[in-house]
Order: sequence, then C-alpha cells, then structure tokens
Amino acid sequence: MQSQETYNYKVVRQFAVMTVVWGIVGMLVGVIIAAQLVWPQLNVAEWLHFGRLRPLHTNAVIFAFGGCALFATSYFSVQRTCHTRLFAPGLAAFTFWGWQLIIVLAAVSLPLGLTTGKEYAELEWPIDLLITVVWVSYAVVFFGTIAMRKVSHIYVSNWFFGGMILAIALLHLVNSAEIPVSLTKSYPVYAGVQDAMVQWWYGHNAVGFFLTAGFLGIMYYFVPKQAERPIYSYRLSVVHFWALIFTYMWAGPHHLHYTALPDWTQSIGMAFSLVLLAPSWGGMINGIMTLSGAWHKLRDDPILKFLITSLSFYGMSTFEGPMMSIKTVNSLSHYTDWTVGHVHSGALGWVAMVSIGAVYYMLPRLFGEKQMYSVRLITVHFWVATIGVVLYIAALWISGVMQGLMWRATNPDGTLTYTFVESVKASYPFWTIRLVGGLMFLGGMLIMFYNMVKTIAGKPAYDAPVVAPAAHAA
Amino acid sequence: MSDFTSGFWSAYVAVITVVSILACAVLLWMNSRAATATGEVKPHVWDETLQEYNHPLPRWWMGLFWITIVFALVFLALYPGLGSNRGMFGWTEVNQYEEEIAQAKAKYDPIFNKFLQQDVKAVAANSEARQMGERLFLTYCAQCHGSDARGAKGFPNLANDDWQWGGEPAPIEQTIAEGRMGVMPPHVQLGAEAIKDLANYVRSLSGLPGDSLRAERGKQSFQTAGCIACHGPEAKGNFAMGAPNLTDKVWLYGSSEQTIIETITKGRQNRMPAHKEFLGDAKVHLLAAYVYGLSHGAAN
Repeated sequence: MQSQETYNYKVVRQFAVMTVVWGIVGMLVGVIIAAQLVWPQLNVAEWLHFGRLRPLHTNAVIFAFGGCALFATSYFSVQRTCHTRLFAPGLAAFTFWGWQLIIVLAAVSLPLGLTTGKEYAELEWPIDLLITVVWVSYAVVFFGTIAMRKVSHIYVSNWFFGGMILAIALLHLVNSAEIPVSLTKSYPVYAGVQDAMVQWWYGHNAVGFFLTAGFLGIMYYFVPKQAERPIYSYRLSVVHFWALIFTYMWAGPHHLHYTALPDWTQSIGMAFSLVLLAPSWGGMINGIMTLSGAWHKLRDDPILKFLITSLSFYGMSTFEGPMMSIKTVNSLSHYTDWTVGHVHSGALGWVAMVSIGAVYYMLPRLFGEKQMYSVRLITVHFWVATIGVVLYIAALWISGVMQGLMWRATNPDGTLTYTFVESVKASYPFWTIRLVGGLMFLGGMLIMFYNMVKTIAGKPAYDAPVVAPAAHAA
Repeated sequence: MSDFTSGFWSAYVAVITVVSILACAVLLWMNSRAATATGEVKPHVWDETLQEYNHPLPRWWMGLFWITIVFALVFLALYPGLGSNRGMFGWTEVNQYEEEIAQAKAKYDPIFNKFLQQDVKAVAANSEARQMGERLFLTYCAQCHGSDARGAKGFPNLANDDWQWGGEPAPIEQTIAEGRMGVMPPHVQLGAEAIKDLANYVRSLSGLPGDSLRAERGKQSFQTAGCIACHGPEAKGNFAMGAPNLTDKVWLYGSSEQTIIETITKGRQNRMPAHKEFLGDAKVHLLAAYVYGLSHGAAN
C-alpha cells in the first residue's frame, strides 16, 4: 500500500494542546502567589507557601508553557520549511513524554521544598539529568530534520530555533554542574561570586535564548504565514541573528551590579547589554515591517493582532532591559517590582502572546480545519489579555519606582524616611491591580481552552501531506 | 588588589572584549553597504508561501547600532572593564561607597554627636532626640522588636518595665552596643515527670492555675536541679546572667505548660546582635535614650 508521505503532526498536536494546559496551570499559580502578596494569610501550608510556589510558577510558565510552545512550533515549522517528515519520530515522541515527566516532577518536587536554590534552575540533579537527555533528543530530531531537508537554504526561523537548542544545552550543562549528596540534594560545583556569575550567565541567557531566540523563531515562521507577506529583510535577519546570539552571551553580569562581582565584569556586562538593543530590535522591525502593505489585515485578524502586539511588547521590553542595565538606573530599579514588571512585559506581552497566536494558527490545521471554532472568541481573548498585560506592567512600574524612591529617601539627619514595611504597605494597591491584570490574562487562557476544546473535540487527527519544494528553490 | 592571577588573564579579557565589540562593528559595516541588499524578493520559497525581501538595513537602526558600539568602547575606556585597566576616571565601586560614606559622616555626624555628651535620661527627655531615636529604631530594631517595640515570641518587649539585662541607662546602652547572648541550658536529664513538676511550679509563681501537687514537688526540685544558679532562690531572675524573672506576668516564649516544658527540656538560645561597630557610639546613645524613654514615660 503506497500512500503519500505526511508530516508528523502527532507530536505537534500533543505539544500544542499541552501548551494551553500548562499555560493555564502556570498562570493560575502566578495568580495565587499574586493573591498571597495582597492577602498574606493565603500562605496556608508550607507546600503552598509563596517561597515554594514562586519557583513553581516560573518553571511552569517558562519551561512547561513556553517549552511546549517551542517544541510544538519548532516541530511544526521545521518539517514544513524543510519539506520533509520529522527525523526520528520515536525520539520526537520521547521528547514529548520526557518533557511532560520533567514538568510533573517539577510540580511535585518544588512544593516539597526540594530545590537547588538557583533561580530558573531550581530542579534537583536527577531532573537535571533527565532534562539533558530530553534536550539532546530534541537536538537530534531538530538537526536531523534540517539535515534531511529537500531545499538547499535553511529558512530563518530554523536559525533561531537551532541557536536556541545549542545555547540552552550549553547553559544547562554548565550551570547545573553539581555534586549530589543524596537523591534529592546537591551542591553546585562553583562557590561564592563565581557561582553567582555562572548562575546569571545562565539566567540571562535563559531569557536570551529560550525566551527570545526561540520565540523569534516562532515569529519568523508564523508572522509571514499569517500576514501572507514576505519577510521584510533577509539582510536584517542575518545581521540581527548573529549580533543577537553573540551579544546576549555577555550581558549576564548586569544582574549583579553593585555586588561582590568585580567592577570590570559589571562594566563589560553593562556595555554589551547596551549593544544588545539594536540586535534585539532587528527582530521587531523585521516582524512588524513584514506587515507593510497589509496593515488592513490587522483590523479583523485577531491572530495577527496577537503576533504584532507581541512584537510591540518585545520591542518595549528589549528597550527597557538595556536601560535597566545602566548602573545608575539599576541602583534604583534593582530588587524592586520594576524588575518583576519588566519580566512580565516580556513574558506575557511577548512570549505568551506570540505563542498564543502561533497555537491559534496551528490548532485548526492539526485537525484538518480551516480556522478555530470561534474567531470572535480569539478577538475577545486578545483584548482581555492585552488589557491584562497593560494593567500588570503599569502597576508594577509605579510600585517599582515608588519602592526604589522610598528606600533611598532620607531625612535631614540622614536617617531613612521610610521603613521597609512602609514601602510594603504602599505597594498593596498596585499589587491588587497586578492581581487583576494577572486574572485577566488567565481568563483569556480559559477562553482559549474553551475555543480549543470546541475546535478539536470529536475531530479526527489530521496529518498534512508533505509539500514538494517549489521548483526553483531546490 | 587585582582580580587577576596573572597579567595574561587581564590581557585576555581586554583583547577578547575589544575584539568582540569590533566584530559587531565589522558585521554591521559589511552588511550596511547598499550592494548587499537590493530590495528585491529573494528567489527562495519555503513551505509554499514563505519568501524574503532583501530590503537594506533601516538607516535609523544602523545609527542606533553604531551609537551603542561607540558608547561601549568609550565607556570601557573611562571605567574599569578591560582586564585590570582601571579606566580614565579611576572609578571603583568601593571608592564610590567610601566617598558617599565620608560625605554622609561630614554632614550628619555633628547632628548626632551633640547628644553624645548628654546623659541618657536628658536625651530621652529631648523631643528632637526622641524623634531621631524613633527613626533609627524603626530602621534597625523594628525587624525583631516590632514597630511598637512590644516584641514577639523570643523577642523582648521593650515598652514595659520588665528587663532581662537591666533597665537603667548603662545596661541598655551596653545591650545595644555589645549585644547579648542569652542561654538557658537544656535540662532533659531531669526526666519528663520532674520537668512537668517544674513547669507547674513556674506557672504557680505568677498565679497561673495548675496541679498543686506537682507544683509542690517542682518547688523542691527548683532548689536542687540547678535553676537557682541563674534565676535565684526566689526565681526573681538575675540581670548579670540575663536570667528572666519567673514571678512576673511577662513571658518571652509563652506561659503555657507545654511551652514551659519545651523551654526546660530543650533550653533556649537567644542573641541580640552588637551594634557599636556598625552604628557608632552616637547612634547607640540615641537608641538607648529612646528605649529608656519607652518605659519611663518620656514617650507618651
């Protein structure tokens, strides 16, 4: 029986559905800890305490929600842009189940208080080993597919996904080097300020590669697809790709301004953080300008609204980031809510919105449908989410700057004008607004879940036939 | 002190940093020439519809990139960054800190020092000094003793007239300056029954209800088990040892039978940190006056 070869959509479907599910779980935990800040009495039991739920929230939204979005979109686009079926389908299936196991282990171990204490790398050593195995499998599937491609040129989205996969492997292996003392406890091989530097080299590049390069890969496939326009500039994509992945690696020290980190390391981190501005913006320009000549499509295409708005938030937070890396600005902003707001303008405005747009694009196609069950509900989701993000980041800008100013205010005799607890008290109204913003964003995800269930329930899985390369492209 | 173990590593950092920034410049320059970008659609097509224009790099964007590259090079010439090179401004984080501290000392020390010559009781009666003392208290003391100085479990109430180490100006000032180590040793060796007897006796001293038979037995072992060495035969405590008076109604850890059994069985360790090195004599003096005033009617 000779049937036409089809793309491997099964693993894409699995990851796409779990993107929505983990998005809801991760954001729900975020809403809970935001509520705990407003009502501290919600810290009811040790495993539901803010200190344990906060790493659960960050891991769930970054690695469960963001990770599943990256797997789904990269597996979808790499086979389509290489005009070949996914390499090593068994290994691809393993990456799905392995990644889900990692997420479940994180969801159990973090509330139990098992942690390495390294931000965004809290998972203990056995889970670290599992991450390594799954990630190497991901690399084999991805680069294997690239090697099997039927077109000579590698499409730009694959540069970014590929760069992300290689850099994350490097970051994870170096930062998670640790000495186990029991099944559930290990200590890092680095000590003191060197440990801090390795940690923030990792931490900043987790943002740079996992949350930026990877999601630029999503942008480069899904924006031109949804806009039905060519990418604005190949030349710009070349320059900003190399400049971005090269410069990001240097920027980590700006997380350790005015600490025991040597002055020279801090200065270099700040200098490269500023150089990073233009390469970051290259992606925004290429995405938004791709729409030139088709701006009218924004009016009634909510998926495009998600994609283009995500690029606006991306441009805003990649401007804010270099500004916050300047030492004088950092001395005000560091340790305040401003940092938390900055992270969320990137995480909600950019990462989540571009992923949501891409998942709305893929879901119907993975089940042989033309579009989602309700386009209107996508529009509703877009507005609820956008207003939610704006409320969230505006509230934390105000409380962040307010905290920074209160902490440094002094009386004529040099004593502090405000005690720390007064700044906490003054932050409550803004934490309440932040909670409302977070609830709205979570509400949008619930709308998406309903729309997803209505779109795919009872529909047979669909694997599209592999498209032959265009005649002159080979 | 240099951060580098040898001149090689300093040079290594300097060279690799400058070369890296210049590499960004070269990348930008090579791709900014008009010949590299025509504005046409490139011939490649992926996945049926994906194509790329080859528009030249936007001028304003190139300008932004050049500005940041130049800024990075100038910044690293002025500030420490290129290995052990100290930068033209000679700035360091430690210098900046020391300069700011020196400025603050010159400006604020006279304000505090004027109270140093005055007696604690006199300072406590001075409303300006009391306000300054309160601000210091809220910054340095409130974390443990509370904004109202009424303490919490394990942290003494400073607003009443019960004192572990003495409530006169001199011992208060000494407590703040030198810190205190309060140690109640564990008495697990006495056995559970004897400890329960002691707990009932201790509760009876301040009129709390309990088993009178046990309290009677506890009274005996209080004299023989070593309690009197610190708390005294009448259980009224001893400032020299920091041993609390057990006959009043003030409890540092709680007055329930269970808590007292825990205290006797496991002992207690408590520490008030020393503040002299960190705050200096003048601020310690002001704080002593503020704390003294809390229980001596100066602060109403």
